[in-house]
Amino acid sequence: MSDFVSTGWALYVAIVTLVSIAACAALLYGMGRMRVARKAGERVETTGHVWDEDLAELNHPLPRWWMWLFYATIVFALAYLVLYPGLGKLPGVLGWTSQNAYAGEVRSFDAKLAPRYSRYLAMDLEDVARDPEARAMGERLFLNDCAQCHGSDAGGSKGFPNLRDHDWLYGGTPERIRESIVNGRNGLMPAFGAALGDEGVRDVAAYVRSLSGLPADGVRAQIGRRSFAQNCAACHGVGGKGNQDVGAPNLTDPTWLYGSTEAAITETIRNGRGEASTVTRMPAHKDRLDAGKIQVLAAYVWGLSNVR
Amino acid sequence: MTRVVEHEPNAASTPRGGPRRVIPIQPTADEVALYEIRKKIQPRAVHGWFARWRVALVFATQIVYYGLPWLSWNGRQAVLFDLAARKFYLFGGVFWPQDVIYLAVLLIVGALSLFLFTAVAGRLWCGYACPQTVYTEIFMWIERKIEGDRVARLRLDGAPMSPRKFALRSAKHAAWLAVASWTGYTFVGYFTPIRDLGHAVATLALGPWEAFWILFYSATTYGNAGWLREQVCKYMCPYARFQSVMFDKDTLVITYDRARGEPRGGRAKSVDPRAKGLGDCVDCGICVQVCPTGIDIRKGLQHECIGCAACIDACDQVMDRMGYAPGLIRYTTENALERQLPDRARWRRVLRPRTLAYALVLLAMVGATAWSLATRVPLRVDVIRDRGTLAREAGPGVIENVYRIQVMNTDERPRHYTVEASGLPGLRVVGLDQPIELEAASARLFALRLQAPLEPGEGKPPLAPGSHKIEIEVGSVAAGAKGKELEHDHVERHEQSTFIVPR
Repeated sequence: MSDFVSTGWALYVAIVTLVSIAACAALLYGMGRMRVARKAGERVETTGHVWDEDLAELNHPLPRWWMWLFYATIVFALAYLVLYPGLGKLPGVLGWTSQNAYAGEVRSFDAKLAPRYSRYLAMDLEDVARDPEARAMGERLFLNDCAQCHGSDAGGSKGFPNLRDHDWLYGGTPERIRESIVNGRNGLMPAFGAALGDEGVRDVAAYVRSLSGLPADGVRAQIGRRSFAQNCAACHGVGGKGNQDVGAPNLTDPTWLYGSTEAAITETIRNGRGEASTVTRMPAHKDRLDAGKIQVLAAYVWGLSNVR
Repeated sequence: MTRVVEHEPNAASTPRGGPRRVIPIQPTADEVALYEIRKKIQPRAVHGWFARWRVALVFATQIVYYGLPWLSWNGRQAVLFDLAARKFYLFGGVFWPQDVIYLAVLLIVGALSLFLFTAVAGRLWCGYACPQTVYTEIFMWIERKIEGDRVARLRLDGAPMSPRKFALRSAKHAAWLAVASWTGYTFVGYFTPIRDLGHAVATLALGPWEAFWILFYSATTYGNAGWLREQVCKYMCPYARFQSVMFDKDTLVITYDRARGEPRGGRAKSVDPRAKGLGDCVDCGICVQVCPTGIDIRKGLQHECIGCAACIDACDQVMDRMGYAPGLIRYTTENALERQLPDRARWRRVLRPRTLAYALVLLAMVGATAWSLATRVPLRVDVIRDRGTLAREAGPGVIENVYRIQVMNTDERPRHYTVEASGLPGLRVVGLDQPIELEAASARLFALRLQAPLEPGEGKPPLAPGSHKIEIEVGSVAAGAKGKELEHDHVERHEQSTFIVPR
């Protein structure tokens, strides 16, 4: 990897670098051999360098070993350029890159941390959830990896389910929770605006509100009921109880992922949910977290609603 | 052959004026290089008022330095900077990285003290308290005890290697290395418990970093105090270079009284110098012999002078022997010398606007720090609004906001705390097992949920949409307390935040 877009710039920088080092070496060599006359009877000694008519430079000779330190910096610079990337596009004989260094550090940390997590793999997930240390670790993992969407308290927000209650889109058993974390979830509510028309959407919305006892237009609900059976029951079930296999929410309870107002439900039916962006989908974590971390995290999430 | 660059006398009048290289038949001057091989300095031992001060300060600083890590406080090392755990123990106090302001304050106080002392009396720090001076003093004392004083050492330097010279040199370096190792060991003992460290050294069970830093600090002590010595002050230390901006004409500096001393020259004690047309300087050269940086103070104030006053002690002894008044070389000011000021006037000038300003700022800084330390609460609280959610409806007519709260118990015993919120009618903390317990010197980050009713009732206005200022209060309670039972040494913190009500 190189930041240079063309060989010309790489060459230019490499030449400037080498010429500068060579110039430093030449200057040092010259200064090391330079002798300044000590004028007889003069109290203040200068380097003999006079400019701007009368400006002179005091001469306090440095010790000789100091000069060798300067030479050492030149040797260091050349050695550095040979070993590490620094001269144009040359990668250096060590093959060092910042990406590799970072990856190596991550690997060594993971190796150090892996045993702390993997010992929970042998345990039953419900027991892990009751282990105070695992819970503390799970909380930290949650704050790092989950809180951005589900909130620091796992209470969720619009479009992001609350994980503290007993209402689950895909099931609240330890296995289902782990599955959600490992593979993610891609629940999708299709848009029905075109199929149902404006009036049809409002009818279905009224019926949906009536399912959980929210105030709704009785006539519209009656009409919407038939439409619901044709269009929605396939996923949400005939009674609107939902289906955890496809993540269709239960519409008869007081939990509303996108809001319970008529406007919100109408919007959901008309335009669908989850299609517009991947942001609203639960990403798979199998490549981000190892099995041990996922075990601890799943136990923590399960414990949020099952362990007191 | 000598090459000399000279200006032509009438260079300005020639059309293409400029330097011209002239190779003289006879070398007219010595040559100076820009880099010169260092000449070893063997300073002569000195006794006197200022030397005693330096010895006293060597003892004072080193008793503190070598002794401090061995003190205990509440069953732990009294002074310990635990970098790995990021906790800094200083007697009764535990400082966290969040207290880094105190480090800044310490550096500012250090800088201000340096300004003040330098403005009053020059390089007091260099002459008496700087580790470079102190360890050089210790190393020179060892050198003197083993190899003898200046003359003996110069003779030894010149002598060819012999069993005696080898033995003396070995003994000296062994003693130096012993002091250096103990210094390195003590230094690392400030960062890792010194007793455990001693055990690790004894059983050869040192960690790689502990071993490295002990060796590193031993090597720097040995190298700086044994080998580099005045070169550290002359070439490495920036203080010498910027001291001139802190000096003024009323700064006390070590000065040779030229008017009194010149013309210098040797004479018998019985001779009246005035009759021979001589000043008080007998030109014995002792001031040069005792100088640890190898300068001649009679040339005036030089950047190499570390203000150790060895030349004052030495010259006073000579003056005493000659029957002259002491103080040919003395602490005095440029103004005092120029205007022949009496002592009282010179001392009065110590109190000038510059020193008073330094002293005032220094006092204010120290006072503010002392007050801040005295009123320090062993509890820290940080509240951040949750990034995930602005606000949510927790139930009919109840708004919930989520926060991340970090509670840090900086005390050295476990404490219990309650978390409360105020600022809105009916605002309360939910879903938190109160009181929360925190281990000694530990921190806990957790989610905090606050709820407020939209309609508080009792004639209070309903909650308006928008952002409301609230306050979160964390206070300590007695262990096992039911409800609010304050501790005898109750501590609390109030943090501001906002509560958002959606439209």
